[in-house]
Amino acid sequence: MLLQIILSGILVGFVYSLVAVGLTLIWGVMDIINFAHGDFLMVSMYTVFWLYTLLRLDPLASLPIAALVTFVLSFLTYKLIIKRVINAPGLTALLATFGLSLFIRNFAQYLWTPNYRFITTSLVTDKKLEMGSVIIGIPQLVAALGSIMMTFLVVWFIKNTKTGRAIQAAAQSRDTAKLMGINTEKIYAVTFGISGACVGVAGALLATFFPIYPESGALYSLLAFVIVALGGFGNIAGALYGGVLIGLSEALGGFFLGTQFKYAIVFLIYLLVLQFRPKGLFGW
Amino acid sequence: MNVKNFRIDTLYGILIVILLLPFMNSNINFRHVMVIFLIFAGLGEAWNIITGFAGQTSFGHAAFFGIGAYTSTILFYKFGISPWIGMLAGAVLATVISVIVSYPCFRLKGHYFAIATLAVAEIIKQLFISWDYVEGATGISIPIVEESVTSMQFHSSKIPYFLIAYVLFLITTMTARYIENNKMGFYLKAIRESHEAAEALGIDTTRYKLYAMMVSAALTATFGTLYAQYILYIDPFMVFTLEVSMKIVLLSVLGGLGNIYGPIIGAAILIPLSEYTRVYLGGTGKGIDLMIFGALIIFVACFEPNGILGLLKKKRSRRRGDVYARADA
Repeated sequence: MLLQIILSGILVGFVYSLVAVGLTLIWGVMDIINFAHGDFLMVSMYTVFWLYTLLRLDPLASLPIAALVTFVLSFLTYKLIIKRVINAPGLTALLATFGLSLFIRNFAQYLWTPNYRFITTSLVTDKKLEMGSVIIGIPQLVAALGSIMMTFLVVWFIKNTKTGRAIQAAAQSRDTAKLMGINTEKIYAVTFGISGACVGVAGALLATFFPIYPESGALYSLLAFVIVALGGFGNIAGALYGGVLIGLSEALGGFFLGTQFKYAIVFLIYLLVLQFRPKGLFGW
Repeated sequence: MNVKNFRIDTLYGILIVILLLPFMNSNINFRHVMVIFLIFAGLGEAWNIITGFAGQTSFGHAAFFGIGAYTSTILFYKFGISPWIGMLAGAVLATVISVIVSYPCFRLKGHYFAIATLAVAEIIKQLFISWDYVEGATGISIPIVEESVTSMQFHSSKIPYFLIAYVLFLITTMTARYIENNKMGFYLKAIRESHEAAEALGIDTTRYKLYAMMVSAALTATFGTLYAQYILYIDPFMVFTLEVSMKIVLLSVLGGLGNIYGPIIGAAILIPLSEYTRVYLGGTGKGIDLMIFGALIIFVACFEPNGILGLLKKKRSRRRGDVYARADA
């Protein structure tokens, strides 16, 4: 039983990690808190849902499309909104992203009503993997594996490509990066796009076993904030481990203290860890 | 003209206009908007003390707001104690809790602190949702009694609510102003500009941040009590959510951070906007009101990144032809 809980906690934790990786990227590179991050996830889930309903496309097949949609959405967010507030003092950027979050969420409600929607049949639905007493749902397993793959893809991209190295440079010092001939405008927009693609993938993977409604991104937003801070801002490895830690503490906390307290435990873990590592697990 | 006198005149002028407005227009919607406006302007002023002056971003003020609302409601609902005493008790309780949670949080800087305040508020929300004694997620309908000052319930007119809100708002604004113009205000602003430099100059940063948080929490809680008495129903999702915390943040940032006029201007724009769009468009249940609200927030943030106050300052300095005023705007 305990093994089962730990395992499912870790599986969901990897999805949290992917959402947090997207958030930590823009946080680390641009120092911007994107409150609309979870809403991009919701957009991705709806994309998958409509492709499934209208074109009978399997969620896993429409994953690249969903990722592309959120990439473009995120890219445009930078070009149209963030660009104007990135140099503003203090909390203005936060104001803009919060407005965007309100807008997207209520636009979704306007278009598609607040009703819960489900994807009832897909390649992975209702399939299970049984290993002795431990049962793993295939949708969760696929979501975890997909999230790990996407996370490593992002890490690889940032470490090994020219654009990725430019992102690293821009994160360290915007002005120096500019002096070295890096088009920081373009790099920021691409970073935002990649961040969107991360939640796009996460959303498509979640859509197979999670209800789809205008608020479905809100919880992920909130958890992603905590995970990013827990790992250390802008630290991708931190976001990865932070996500798993949060997934685990949510599952174990829910098991030992009751499900109503599972998120309270998550936030408590954050406060406790930060007492010993005031700049996050991997921050310095 | 003496700059200091001019400023005082402006504030008093604004305060008098606010006081007179609901007497000039007896429309019930208008008076309702005025009450909500004063509550949120006051909340913004209280929040401004810790975030605007001291630079410690709090995303968790809903916690203090909710504690104020719940303390008075429980005392009235279970023991029949007057909400006025409940208001004081709520303020004291919020102060105590602010000390307990802030002391460890103040070790954290910047975003880490902001997320910590958010975490604290979420924990408190979760506790209230599953706490049976306070009716958990069901919430409490405050028993309707005959209207009187002691029961803080008025059914025939919104004017008494307005006056109470006005007094609370006045106390909060004057407290913020007093802090700003005294030693503590300068200490807080020094902490905001540079934590290390403030410490090097011998300021006990933790102590002053704690003072600021305590004052801010106590004032925030009093508005919680009033809000509960005004709506006559509370549940954890109404008072403890991130939405309440963020509304306070939004209107203060929109108006202009770290300035006592900021929250007043911000609330004067945001609250009528959200209340009137809700009245006229909210009934459709399609979220059009919040869509417009969100779009306008984006618009303001993009085109006036320094807040409305920044815009006014810029205009004035341009008129004066003052090159330097823009730099400090």
